[in-house]
Amino acid sequence: MTTTVTTPEGRADHDADGERLFDELIARDSRIEPRDWMPADYRRALTRQISQHAHSEIIGMQPEANWITRAPSLKRKAVLMAKVQDEAGHGLYLYSAAETLGTPRDRMTEDLIAGKARYSSIFNYPVLTWADIGAIGWLVDGAAICNQVPLCRASYGPYGRAMVRICKEESFHQRQGFEILLELANGTPEQRAMAQDAVNRWYAPSLMMFGPPDEESPNSQKSMEWKIKRFSNDELRSRFVGMVVEQIRVLGLELPDEDVRYDEETGHWEHGPLDWNEFKEVLAGRGPCNAQRLERRREAHEEGAWVREAAAAYAAKRALTTGEGGLR
Amino acid sequence: MTGGSTTGDDGATAPSTGPQEARAAWPLWEVFVRSSRGLSHVHAGSLHAPDAEMAVRNARDLYTRRNEGVSLWVVPASSIITSDPDAKDAFFESPQGKDYRHATYYTKSEGVKHL
Repeated sequence: MTTTVTTPEGRADHDADGERLFDELIARDSRIEPRDWMPADYRRALTRQISQHAHSEIIGMQPEANWITRAPSLKRKAVLMAKVQDEAGHGLYLYSAAETLGTPRDRMTEDLIAGKARYSSIFNYPVLTWADIGAIGWLVDGAAICNQVPLCRASYGPYGRAMVRICKEESFHQRQGFEILLELANGTPEQRAMAQDAVNRWYAPSLMMFGPPDEESPNSQKSMEWKIKRFSNDELRSRFVGMVVEQIRVLGLELPDEDVRYDEETGHWEHGPLDWNEFKEVLAGRGPCNAQRLERRREAHEEGAWVREAAAAYAAKRALTTGEGGLR
Repeated sequence: MTGGSTTGDDGATAPSTGPQEARAAWPLWEVFVRSSRGLSHVHAGSLHAPDAEMAVRNARDLYTRRNEGVSLWVVPASSIITSDPDAKDAFFESPQGKDYRHATYYTKSEGVKHL
């Protein structure tokens, strides 16, 4: 890579004019674009958030891909394959957005494989039955949408644009999950029990996807000031609880939470206590499937090396015989 | 004017990778999609690919899975020249104060039919 003074990482950190423009753009709810000056902390925070988000999409392919061969019909198989393909696409959109901040894609991949980068804790839970695929679509993707829709307005242009694409595709994921659960809930008693069991296991981890409670979320404040985040963790969680309360009625199942209620005074949905110790353990790499997910990602990267090498060799050979690397 | 792509990655090298340098990062390509005939190509995103043909194929897989378009452009990010963001004011300020370039500036003809 050649670096000139105008590349994002080469820009001087202290630039009075740049800073004034940055503050002004944030204040009037405009967007920051890659070549604008931005504070080093803003760049760092975004790089961390977007790359973690990308890693989550890529790791998230695993628990679902494991069920492609066991999907109960050809149609369900095709749907699940499309969904897993979407997750790969989301990862790629997000890596591209993160790259505009100056960190090369390969470095982000290396950090993930080396266990240095985080991804969403939710993907470290095991997917035990076919109903779990339904619960993941409905609850996990539902929580993701709740979180991601406001991110479409994030102050960093490439992130917001990537999120717009992603949100459009996520609603298909959520609906297919809901449909799986609805069919099981209206099936045999065994199928119904399987659906309820999946909801029971995925409910609390989904609520924890929004991150720690506001008072324990050190990065939130700054992210809100920078207009990366628009709503706090607890606000989004409450909003999500309100949605699933409605939807579980349609499913004819029950939420495993006796404390769910609407608080007239605050206008917020309340939920029962969550096990934040478990959340911290999973985040620290000690969840049920952390090691397995990371190991599988590492394997895929190493075993896929020949594909990348072959593509590069083919491109080089074509460039040699045609005198160009492009299409004729 | 300074070089640089719309995505801010100025670093992509010309599309040339060989077996020996297979570990080197593939160049970055900017992807433009025409949603239907008669409309212009609009920037959809970017991707890495070893050459233009793979870039087109990958762009097809990544950005047009849902009937998003009828035509694709891929452009090496390194080939895109942008205006200098620091010269924004000097570069784009000339339209200011030139309201007479807009039809709405001419109010005396309001109410005159077919004008």
